[in-house]
Amino acid sequence: MSWFLFILLSFLTLGGGLGVVLTRNVVHAALFLLVSLVAVAGLYLILLAEFLALVQVLIYGGAIIIVLLFAIMLTRSADYPRISDNRQWPLAGIAALGLLGVLSAAFLTRPVEETQLHSPAFAGLGNSLFTRWAIPFEVASLVLLVALIGAIIIARSNEEER
Amino acid sequence: MVPLAYFQLVSAGLFAIGLYGVLARRSAVLIVMSIELMLNAVNINLIAASSHLEGLANFAQFDGQIIAIFVITVAAAEVGLGLAIILRIHRNRSTVNVDEIDLMKW
Repeated sequence: MSWFLFILLSFLTLGGGLGVVLTRNVVHAALFLLVSLVAVAGLYLILLAEFLALVQVLIYGGAIIIVLLFAIMLTRSADYPRISDNRQWPLAGIAALGLLGVLSAAFLTRPVEETQLHSPAFAGLGNSLFTRWAIPFEVASLVLLVALIGAIIIARSNEEER
Repeated sequence: MVPLAYFQLVSAGLFAIGLYGVLARRSAVLIVMSIELMLNAVNINLIAASSHLEGLANFAQFDGQIIAIFVITVAAAEVGLGLAIILRIHRNRSTVNVDEIDLMKW
């Protein structure tokens, strides 16, 4: 059962990713990205990381896809919905295949001693986040605040600036 | 139970797809989407390692998952800022094609 789900979700993840980089329609690319990201949430569930699966669906499926679709609609121009790749795409393919080969070789040759999967409790994650990782957590909230202010300032229209 | 290496292979595949997208696409919005794919590949790797190698080496129990949460946070900030910059470029230059945005190219 676990294997069946894993193969199905891997197929959806990689197929969605290929759809994002190969399709000629920019809105379809965003929808393929949604498929890929939700399938990744399923992979997190197989790995017994329920909280991360929840966060993945909420933030990626809910927020980031919507923001990306807004950006696509707002930057609609003559070259949409037809989009094209630039001339270096064969080089990009070679680079990607080379990276895939190196990473696969590294992952397959390195012997790993594994422990059994077991279901961790939400409470432990929260405890760890607010004790051992408290300072990085505060820094992350500061990063979000600064990014929010920066995005508002950058995207503000010219009329309001004068 | 699926061994760690298979999750790592999926992660490597997704990262390679994202790399191809970043290098080959011309629309800035699609490059941002490809970067999201790469960040998700990293997250799969982190969470798979966190679940499979728990208690080994110097891993504390939830370290991998918490680093993945930080990656998601930074990804959200990056999308917000990146799309704001893309909107501003589109307003000034009427294009989001990265081949035409070469003002700072040496």
